[in-house]
Amino acid sequence: MTNPIIEIDILRYRPEQDTTPFIQTYSIPYDEEMSILEALQYIKDELDGSISFRWSCRMAICGSCGMMIDGVPKLGCKAFLRDYYPNKIKLEPLANFPIERDLVVVMDDFIKKLESIKPYIIPAQEKSIDDGEYIQTPEQMAKYKQFSMCINCGLCYSACPQYALNTEFTGPAALALLARYNRDSRDAGSAQRMEIVNAEEGVWGCTFVGYCSQVCPKGVDPAAAIQLFKVESAKDYLIGMFKPD
Amino acid sequence: MNNPASKRKPYQRELPVDWWLKHAFYTKYMIREGTSIAITIYSCILAWGLLRLSQGPEAWQGWLNALQHPIAVLFHILALAFALYHTVTWFDLAPKAADIWLKGKKLDDKFIVIGHYVGFVLATLAALIIITL
Ligand code: SF4
Ligand code: FES
Repeated sequence: MTNPIIEIDILRYRPEQDTTPFIQTYSIPYDEEMSILEALQYIKDELDGSISFRWSCRMAICGSCGMMIDGVPKLGCKAFLRDYYPNKIKLEPLANFPIERDLVVVMDDFIKKLESIKPYIIPAQEKSIDDGEYIQTPEQMAKYKQFSMCINCGLCYSACPQYALNTEFTGPAALALLARYNRDSRDAGSAQRMEIVNAEEGVWGCTFVGYCSQVCPKGVDPAAAIQLFKVESAKDYLIGMFKPD
Repeated sequence: MNNPASKRKPYQRELPVDWWLKHAFYTKYMIREGTSIAITIYSCILAWGLLRLSQGPEAWQGWLNALQHPIAVLFHILALAFALYHTVTWFDLAPKAADIWLKGKKLDDKFIVIGHYVGFVLATLAALIIITL
C-alpha cells in the first residue's frame, strides 16, 4: 500500500537570486504524528536542501519555529499535519516581519523592543549577597507568573494589526514582559517603566483587537497585560493632572 | 548587515488594504469597532431631540413625528442590534481589563462577565422605570 501524500506550499525567498518571494509546492508522505516542523525537516533532508527555517527545541519552549500556517501564526513544532490533512497546507514566514530567507524572518526590532522595557529586576535597595535572598511568597509570584511564561516566539506581533500598521508600537510581548517586572514584588522600577507604558508607542497604540492572546502558545495573554496597563496609565494621567510634580 | 560582501536583502511585505477581511477574527473586530458609528449617530439623534425639546412643544412634536418615519425605525432597530453586538463582545473582553484577586487567587473570568450582565440588566430596568414613571 502506498502512503497517502500531503502537499505543502512554502513561500520561498532567496535574497541572492530572488527579487520577490514565490510559492513552491512539495509533496511528502502523510503521517498523522508528524508536526509541521518535522515535515519541513523531511523536505530539507529528502527533497530540497536549500530550504531555510528556524527551530531548536521541537517542544514549544525555544520559540524559534514561529511561522504562518494557513495564515495563522503558529509554532511549527506545535502544529500537526493531521489538523490539516487532506488539505494542502500553506507555510509562510511570520507576518509583519521582514523576510530574511524562506521561512526565516528578521526579528531585530522585536528583540530591541523586549530589551527596551528594562527587563530586569530593579530593586528598591541593592542588597549584597551576604544579606541573603529576596523573599517572595507563592501569592506574590502568582501575580506575575503568567506574564513570565513568554518564549519570545513573536507570534503575537504577527497577529497584531497595529504593529503591522506602525512598527513603532511597543507591542504585545514586550508590554507583557513589562507587566511581568512591574508586578514582581521584588521590583521597584514601576515608575521608570510606566514612562514606556504611557508613551505614544506604549499601551495606547493598542486598539484591543485581542488576537495576540488568541495565538499565544503559552497562555501569556498579552492583551490582558496591555488593558490592565491602560487602566494604570489613565490613573497616572489623572493623578498627574491634580498633582503635577 | 554592514558587511559589503553580505547577500542580505530583507524583503518587506506590504499589508493588503483588505487585511481585516482575510481572517474572521479581524473581521469581527472591525464590526465591533464599526458598531460605534451607529451608536454615534444614535447619540446625535438623541441630542437633536433634546435641542428640539428646548425649542417648545411644536418642535418636540416634529422630532417625535420624524422618528416614526420607516427609515428612522429601521435605523433604530439596526442601532439596537449593533449596540447589543458591541455589548456582548465587549463584556466577553472585560475580564482582560480586570485584575481582581481574592485570597491570593485571580477572580475567575466568568464572575466578571456575569457581573457586567447583572449591571447591564439593573441599568436597563432603572432606565425603564424612569421612562415609564
Ligand atoms: S507573548 Fe506569547 S505569542 Fe507573544 S512572544 Fe510571548 S509566547 Fe510568543
Ligand atoms: S522548535 Fe522550539 S518552539 Fe518550536
